Amino acid sequence: MALTMTGVTYRYAGTTQPALADITLEIESGMVLGVVGANEAGKSTLCLLAAGLAPATIGGRIEGRVEIDGLSTVATRPSVLAQRCGILFQNAETQLSGTAATVWEEVAFGPRNLSLSLSEIVERTDWALDILGIETLGPREPGRLSGGQAQLVALAAVLAMRPAYVVLDEPTSQLDPQGTQLVGSALQRLAQETGSGMLVVEHKTDLLASIAERCIVLVDGRVVTDGSAAQVLADPRLEEWGIEPPAAVRIGRAAEAAGLQDLLLSAVSGRP
Amino acid sequence: MSDPVVEVSNLVFVYPNGVRGLEGVDLRVEPGERLAIIGQNGSGKSTLVRHFVGLLRATSGSVRVGGQPLGRRHVAELARTVAIAFQNPDRQIFAARVRDEVAFAPRNLGLRGAALDERVATALTAVGLEGRGDANPYDLGYSQRKLLAVASVLAMAAPVVVLDEPTTGQDARGVRRVEAIVAELAAGGTTVVAISHDMRFVADNAQRVVVMRAGRIVDDGPPEAVFSEPHWPVLGSTSLEPPLAARVGARLGLGATPTERSLVARALEATARAVSGPG
Repeated sequence: MALTMTGVTYRYAGTTQPALADITLEIESGMVLGVVGANEAGKSTLCLLAAGLAPATIGGRIEGRVEIDGLSTVATRPSVLAQRCGILFQNAETQLSGTAATVWEEVAFGPRNLSLSLSEIVERTDWALDILGIETLGPREPGRLSGGQAQLVALAAVLAMRPAYVVLDEPTSQLDPQGTQLVGSALQRLAQETGSGMLVVEHKTDLLASIAERCIVLVDGRVVTDGSAAQVLADPRLEEWGIEPPAAVRIGRAAEAAGLQDLLLSAVSGRP
Repeated sequence: MSDPVVEVSNLVFVYPNGVRGLEGVDLRVEPGERLAIIGQNGSGKSTLVRHFVGLLRATSGSVRVGGQPLGRRHVAELARTVAIAFQNPDRQIFAARVRDEVAFAPRNLGLRGAALDERVATALTAVGLEGRGDANPYDLGYSQRKLLAVASVLAMAAPVVVLDEPTTGQDARGVRRVEAIVAELAAGGTTVVAISHDMRFVADNAQRVVVMRAGRIVDDGPPEAVFSEPHWPVLGSTSLEPPLAARVGARLGLGATPTERSLVARALEATARAVSGPG
């Protein structure tokens, strides 16, 4: 079982230039794939394609195949795909339904649409709020949350669907450092315990270094490197591609340039 | 000491639904300083800066902007002094063309013709959107819309600029661009207040760091102090952690090294001392 993209090229409606070109990747159950790239490299487009929202809901032209557990995303209804693959948009506030009076109801919205039993809806909703540490937000009004709180609520709403695959477009962009770590460990737990496969787009390479097994780098809509997260995130070309390397990699390099590698590297590798 | 550009005293704010946003904040923002406000999600950072321009009005306590009490002054008037780029650009952008979005505020300030065009062009160039003046803002990616919101604020040429999470969603080049904008504003004497969760950005670019927790200010000082080891419990209490450079410096006994540059410099000094030996 896997989410696969094979030779995928995609053009937005009304454009001739491909936003993504010749993308091939595979996300198996329980695997976290990190995606990094400069702004406008095609990361969010990749998310829309992987979840089947492009071209189904926004049009455009696709070549190649995107399959979720063998179901082609162009031949399967979005409502069916949505039960297998969840997506968190970059701007989480645009994702909230606008129909729920409380955060709890917002998170329960997805499970309720799956026709689950009431006890299952309650169990999933409480679980999703709990795993992200936001159970106290339950009674709050979704329209009156801080940016970071809204992002956590939108993520909880995705996780409550228990999708086999999750596509996350910068899931921690609005979060404080501990919130970022909390989401990181929640995603890791989810991948290990429920076997969800994940595609995570992030500028925070420190986070990917700790949760992703594999990483790809997108430059101008193409995959320019693909490998283990450790290998890709230490690639000397990252900065040239507009990507900030993890802090430990940057400090290690600065130390090396100053002839201090032994001293600083020992401290960086034994992270506090 | 010169008069503060913004001064809040014992500021309390309770949202209409009863949620307590600020619990008695005292803050003087001095002219020309580069101030960062940090703190956990929901700690009141955005709520605080919205008072600077009258978008929220104190439940109790006082707010003075440009030396004058806020009183009943309208947001449009206050915006001549304080310009805010919101955290979510989509709550700010409304025009159908990038150029019109940036021109909106300076036009309302009375600028016309060549002066207006120049103001808009300069702001768009500063954020790297000079070639996109005729684009629809919603054809830009999220990170570019964030920069557009910053350009709109630059075009106001206000003495105080507030940037709410300016590096969110920016790649390495985008972060460098925001850093250059902050440096240029500061060099021109503009006061810059940045809200950020990006501790490296804060350490590299702020002169002063204010730490918030649950609607209160719990720490206030230069990055060397706020990110130094004795202050880590305060940071931890509001879901923050010091930059890795600060942690490495502390582990090596190099003192306060909030930036990667200061870490390497201190390590070199320590090595030189070890080589030259005692005495």
